Amino acid sequence: MAAVSGLVRRPLGEVSGLLKRRFHWTAPAALQVTVRDAINQGMDEELERDEKVFLLGEEVAQYDGAYKVSRGLWKKYGDKRIIDTPISEMGFAGIAVGAAMAGLRPICEFMTFNFSMQAIDQVINSAAKTYYMSGGLQSVPIVFRGPNGASAGVAAQHSQCFAAWYGHCPGLKVVSPWNSEDAKGLIKSAIRDNNPVVVLENELMYGVPFEFPPEAQSKDFLIPIGKAKIERQGTHITVVSHSRPVGHCLEAAAVLSKEGVECEVINMRTIRPMDMETIEASVMKTNHLVTVEGGWPQFGVGAEICARIMEGPAFNFLDAPAVRVTGADVPMPYAKILEDNSIPQVKDIIFAIKKTLNI
Amino acid sequence: MRKMLAAVSRVLSGASQKPASRVLVASRNFANDATFEIKKCDLHRLEEGPPVTTVLTREDGLKYYRMMQTVRRMELKADQLYKQKIIRGFCHLCDGQEACCVGLEAGINPTDHLITAYRAHGFTFTRGLSVREILAELTGRKGGCAKGKGGSMHMYAKNFYGGNGIVGAQVPLGAGIALACKYNGKDEVCLTLYGDGAANQGQIFEAYNMAALWKLPCIFICENNRYGMGTSVERAAASTDYYKRGDFIPGLRVDGMDILCVREATKFAAAYCRSGKEIDVEVRKEIEDAAQFATADPEPPLEELGYHIYSSDPPFEVRGANQWIKFKSVS
Repeated sequence: MAAVSGLVRRPLGEVSGLLKRRFHWTAPAALQVTVRDAINQGMDEELERDEKVFLLGEEVAQYDGAYKVSRGLWKKYGDKRIIDTPISEMGFAGIAVGAAMAGLRPICEFMTFNFSMQAIDQVINSAAKTYYMSGGLQSVPIVFRGPNGASAGVAAQHSQCFAAWYGHCPGLKVVSPWNSEDAKGLIKSAIRDNNPVVVLENELMYGVPFEFPPEAQSKDFLIPIGKAKIERQGTHITVVSHSRPVGHCLEAAAVLSKEGVECEVINMRTIRPMDMETIEASVMKTNHLVTVEGGWPQFGVGAEICARIMEGPAFNFLDAPAVRVTGADVPMPYAKILEDNSIPQVKDIIFAIKKTLNI
Repeated sequence: MRKMLAAVSRVLSGASQKPASRVLVASRNFANDATFEIKKCDLHRLEEGPPVTTVLTREDGLKYYRMMQTVRRMELKADQLYKQKIIRGFCHLCDGQEACCVGLEAGINPTDHLITAYRAHGFTFTRGLSVREILAELTGRKGGCAKGKGGSMHMYAKNFYGGNGIVGAQVPLGAGIALACKYNGKDEVCLTLYGDGAANQGQIFEAYNMAALWKLPCIFICENNRYGMGTSVERAAASTDYYKRGDFIPGLRVDGMDILCVREATKFAAAYCRSGKEIDVEVRKEIEDAAQFATADPEPPLEELGYHIYSSDPPFEVRGANQWIKFKSVS
């Protein structure tokens, strides 16, 4: 009885609130996607969209990918679209280029780009130069992808960075994603591009999760090739990087921010064609430049950026010489302490920034 | 008057007609085709080879002859232009090997595909380009088939993928084209040519392996002229039985100097994979005209140096020899 009278004596608003069911809205949990899954999604969507796209490489089919990047694709698309090759890089890279010349859109996976050296003639002489040599008659819509650069404890023959080598060649496009969004958007743009595109992934980044913005979840999410992204706005110094070192730059920027130094961190995303406009605009704002890369210093990506800064309007805005942070000029050693000191660490980046700013 | 006109007309027609007896004899001996015996091909991993007799129709015979003559004259003309230094760089000629390019073309369809190395002028012609476009490309003029950008070793046509400068690189490319043929399911084949020198390249064996593994419709053809650049085959190859070096791939040794032998062998292989008094003058004139064009046509304009770096892209700028020299690049 008392319970019933309690109900009746309740204010009208509450009662009507009970009658009018309203949903309590919370923001959706941010979608976390690893770089591996982002590449997988990108390839899956493109394979579905265009039946001329196919993937070939060592272990890509039945093994689900040497690094599991192509997990599930063979089960979904079968032998015709996902092809396991023997260990014959020069042979299967040439076969992929020939298929591209005949109108298909192959994705040729190198288990790591170190092995692409076996096939580099097919990449450069048969793929990159053909559109030019044929006077515009024969295009080669191919994607070469795979992990690039240093891994962990794999020593000299398995740790080389090929950004500068491939970035050197006209006729090739070269992209280097850092996070999941980069990976998905760039692999999709690469597959849809009618030119040979080299996609330099990073094995150590495959398992790293990043927040996936809603637009990246669309099947038509593309990142334009040739456009860099400013990952962090800053005023004191421009820090330009690509691939895994972008993460180290952001860490360095966070540390320096506590000391009052605001770094502008640029993620290049594309090595060739390089987005010099974004870099120049930033240098003209901050007056200082540090480049960071995993590859060797001589003739590297940083060297090219510095040379182009000198040739452009940004030179007159520099208050100090531009500085490069690179991998050590040695074949990658095996011992952990040596390996750790052969690639740019956060402390090396911080040191270079402070030197440039003279603090 | 009528009688005089009739007499005049008889005299005139008599002057132009051959004597009746000769005309009759000629028409009695006119056959439309002939049967030839051709050399038996050596076989590797095959029970049966191509047929040893073949029929050549008059029409085909004249066509093949005309094509071979054209290729011969074109190559000799290119030789002459090369010696005059009007053709620069490399100029690999196939005069003497015409039966190969014409015979191969006779054994396949225009929808089939062909790729070869740098001795490509003959194939460029048989695959459909004109002598004019070929010679102009050799002399580096804008009327050339690659607008002067490719030269001797980089000529392309429909279903013809060059013209490749790197020895042996075209063989995996050919296997890839065969992969595309199988993928598209249109019953087309790809002829993948290489020389006796290239036969020792490792990537060729990689291509053999994958082609056999995936059953690609690819015919690997070694044009053996007994010399790889300057080195004779005995000094370069441990095994000069090139038709056997595909090992698990069946092979034929074909007489490349006999066009009918080449034609029959090509037809056999394709089926196995799915499966000059009046003429002379005409041909010479075509070559002369083409050479005239090739020397008179202007070179491609300097502004177009940067064109065709990328396909399907918006225009952008290309750097020249120094930072102040810029070229526009259009797809």
